[in-house]
Amino acid sequence: MAEGQPIIRIREVTKRFGQTVTAVDDVSLDIREGEFFALLGPSGCGKTTLLRMIAGFETPSEGQILIDGQDMSKVPPNRRPINMVFQSYAVFPHMTVADNVGYGLKVTNVPKAEIRERAEEALELVKLGGLGGRKPDQLSGGQRQRVALARALVKRPKVLLLDEPLSALDAKLREAMQLELVRLQHAVGITFVIVTHDQNEALSMANRVAVMEHGRVRQLAPPSELYEFPNCRFVADFIGKMNLFEGRVAGISGEEVLVEVKGLGRFSLPGEGEASGEVGIAVRPEKVRLRREKPDEDMVAVHGKVSEVAYYGGSSFVYVTDETGRTISVNLQNEARTAEPGVTIGDELWCAWKPRDSLLLST
Amino acid sequence: MDAPDGRRDLPPIILLVVYSFNDSRRNIVWRGFTFKYYEKAWNTESLIEAFVNSLAIAVVNTAVATILGVLVAIALWRFRFPGKAAYEGFMMLPIVIPEICMGVAMMAFFARVGWPTGLPWPLTLSNIMIAHIAFSFPFVAVTVRGRLVGFNRELEDASKDLGASEWQTMRYIVLPYLRPGIIAGALIAFTLSLDDFVITFFTAGPNSVTLPVKIFSMVRFSVTPEVNAASTVLIVITVIATVLAMRFQSPSRRAGGEEG
Ligand SMILES: Nc1ncnc2c1ncn2[C@@H]1O[C@H](COP(=O)(O)OP(=O)(O)OP(=O)(O)O)[C@@H](O)[C@H]1O
Ligand SMILES: [Mg+2]
Repeated sequence: MAEGQPIIRIREVTKRFGQTVTAVDDVSLDIREGEFFALLGPSGCGKTTLLRMIAGFETPSEGQILIDGQDMSKVPPNRRPINMVFQSYAVFPHMTVADNVGYGLKVTNVPKAEIRERAEEALELVKLGGLGGRKPDQLSGGQRQRVALARALVKRPKVLLLDEPLSALDAKLREAMQLELVRLQHAVGITFVIVTHDQNEALSMANRVAVMEHGRVRQLAPPSELYEFPNCRFVADFIGKMNLFEGRVAGISGEEVLVEVKGLGRFSLPGEGEASGEVGIAVRPEKVRLRREKPDEDMVAVHGKVSEVAYYGGSSFVYVTDETGRTISVNLQNEARTAEPGVTIGDELWCAWKPRDSLLLST
Repeated sequence: MDAPDGRRDLPPIILLVVYSFNDSRRNIVWRGFTFKYYEKAWNTESLIEAFVNSLAIAVVNTAVATILGVLVAIALWRFRFPGKAAYEGFMMLPIVIPEICMGVAMMAFFARVGWPTGLPWPLTLSNIMIAHIAFSFPFVAVTVRGRLVGFNRELEDASKDLGASEWQTMRYIVLPYLRPGIIAGALIAFTLSLDDFVITFFTAGPNSVTLPVKIFSMVRFSVTPEVNAASTVLIVITVIATVLAMRFQSPSRRAGGEEG
């Protein structure tokens, strides 16, 4: 759906603080026009630093950032065709809501009448119509964030950058705002780049997600691809829940790789011909089935004892510990309406899955 | 002690104020209310002259010390430069070193550079003004700096992000935020200057007498009701300025909010 031209090009960008800290390490990526792009990663991985370099508040130690085809290295933040929503919202406390929203127009000499009109429009857009006369300390956290959004959108930027925009909101409001942001992005058609450490947020909102670790981009892909085809142990583990087994390559035949995992035996799964030596075998909890009887030969199977059951309403997580002490998590959908638990702690059963539902991870 | 109405037991400052309205030259017993000594003080030319000098010095001092203090505070907050910590400590010196030493140092300084005497009126006060600015601007800087500590730097980034220049950001975002601190600092500078005796005493010449110095010279003979009246005026102005300064510094006046 978002198949636009690259609007932001980040080329081999590195950012060092002092001698020892490399916050962003040789990152290259393109953000396309009109897409909802997420930067996802654990705390301290360099997401904010990357965003601040795009906004112009930090200069790359190496590399180049292009916005709309233009090199940004000499362009100060106030001349870049992008706007930012800050983590603290940074709503100006001494100005009314309307003055906050109009600020970016006032400082660039937009006529007064037009400022009023556009500010009102922007406030309508974020559903704050009629609150223009309030002071920020008379607003709730969610409303203040909308002010920050309106203030940025009123500038009609080519790209809107959002740094953890939802992290200060409570769970319920956060979910509502996720939908709201997606709606808003559709309505204005501006490229959104959002920083988050919440994988659900990234997966549910973005068209594409870049997963970062230690200043590097580990994988850049649409959410479903990230989830189903993580390219390394880090991404597999970071996105959603994952069962990881250590194994080794026993042979390669065409598009298939034969692997051997202690306790699971030998099986083939799809994979590139390059894999060799020690590899990781991963399978999602919802791909694993529980069986009372030994499953067919064409399934990967492991026998174990239920050590824990966690009930979440719509589904349950069952933790099965096998003979070697490994714990495998299994996600069960609670499809039938019954108060009787399907499995209880201590049950002995088989965990089984199709070989092609598991994933080969070489790094 | 022996006063029948017990007014002798009042705190000295209140006593001074009360006796400035007392219709008695000897100030031992209360003889009734009068404005007479205010009138007298008003008609004492040398007293008025000293008062005008004091005000002129205080006003100039407040203006210059405030601008200087704000600039120093912003520079210390905004920039990194070699020896910044040392300078920050150095700036505190006028606050901590004894006033008498400052006074002697100032006197020596003006003598050394051969500061011209016999200049026309406001300029006769120039050396006192310089001395006052030198000791009062650090108070402004410290007050403003205290307020800057609570400033959310993302506000500054947000302003630039929205297209404002460095100057516009200062003018529309940083200065309004600092306003309570600046006003408080200015009022402190004003009262410090208006009250100052020690440093002024060492720098004042015969033609540049300020109110505190004048009062001092008057009480060397005796505490007259006119002195009480003049002192009361000084107290009132100082108290008003201090109350205003405190109000501007108090948390309820902080337009900051929104942190967190
Ligand atoms: N101004 C700075 N000076 C020195 N080190 C810095 C500076 N800014 C960031 N860092 C370091 O760079 C690394 C990346 O920081 P960054 O703020 O980009 O992380 P982040 O991914 O946004 O984390 P979080 O999710 O906690 O916000 C961290 O190790 C941080 O300590
Ligand atoms: Mg961050």
